[in-house]
Amino acid sequence: MAHIVPLNVNIKTLTTLVVLTITTVVTAKYVDLGHGHYNLLLAMFIASIKATIVLGWFMHLKYDGMMNRAIALCGLAFLALLFGFSYIDLFYR
Amino acid sequence: MSTAKIDRRVEHSHHFSSMQQEYEAGKQGVWIFMATEIMMFGGLFVGYFIYRFAYPEMYIAGGDSLNWVQGAANTLVLLVSSFTMAQAVTETMKGDNKKALKYVIVTTACAFIFLIVKYFEYSAKVHHGLFPGFDMWNPDMEYIKSHIRDTSLLANFSAENLRLFFVLYFAMTGLHGIHILIGIGLMFWIMKRLKNNEFSSKYYTAVEGVGLYWHIVDIIWIFLFPLMYLI
Repeated sequence: MAHIVPLNVNIKTLTTLVVLTITTVVTAKYVDLGHGHYNLLLAMFIASIKATIVLGWFMHLKYDGMMNRAIALCGLAFLALLFGFSYIDLFYR
Repeated sequence: MSTAKIDRRVEHSHHFSSMQQEYEAGKQGVWIFMATEIMMFGGLFVGYFIYRFAYPEMYIAGGDSLNWVQGAANTLVLLVSSFTMAQAVTETMKGDNKKALKYVIVTTACAFIFLIVKYFEYSAKVHHGLFPGFDMWNPDMEYIKSHIRDTSLLANFSAENLRLFFVLYFAMTGLHGIHILIGIGLMFWIMKRLKNNEFSSKYYTAVEGVGLYWHIVDIIWIFLFPLMYLI
């Protein structure tokens, strides 16, 4: 029926996520990117990569049909809409 | 119409035309639920960012007072639990209920470890008067000041703005914690069904659905950890 994700792929996924977590901690705690929000942006960028990996491999979206991908993207699209309008409201009022 | 119990391992419900169709419909329902989860937590994240840009110093002071080592440990615990859950789905899909049960037990153990660490974090915050409700807000400013990384932030310090950070901290990690609790309940349900050998390589919808839920809870923590503890 559906694609079975083998053990070694799951181990690789976990390893990548752990490495990225360590990267998050090191870059946030010991690398000062100065004023502005560069540290925040970097941390969110790494978190987004991690979330994509979880969605793709642990949640099988990489092997899944278009319908479930579309549903997940719908949730994210509406979230982006909320972020976008809040941003416009906050900074261009 | 028959009301007799069907053997889901080999047959589908009468209102579906095939096991494949029943599986896809069930999984799609779980995905729609996941989309609503993304949007529910998304609202809280938007609130977090709006107030962060209004009072950045309070977020830095509040974040510094949290124990990032405990937060990082919990991140690793959740990542491992996500791995064991993914592996449980893999084993169920192969038809090995016994092996899958072992992986679900490890996942549940990780969920309990997460909650125990969270208990120690919460009780430390409550002890220092940092719980923003039930008349418990009585911040220990010496505690906050001793943890702050950048002392220049202390100039424009107000306990009321700091309260905002802890409202968001407890609301977001609390809602996430409730999801962990619900997840544990679902794990016990899955464990019972795996123990009764109710799944097969043709029927594993429930395990995969609980897996999807568990991974979304992990994803939310992936964002919460840097936002609350590190940045």
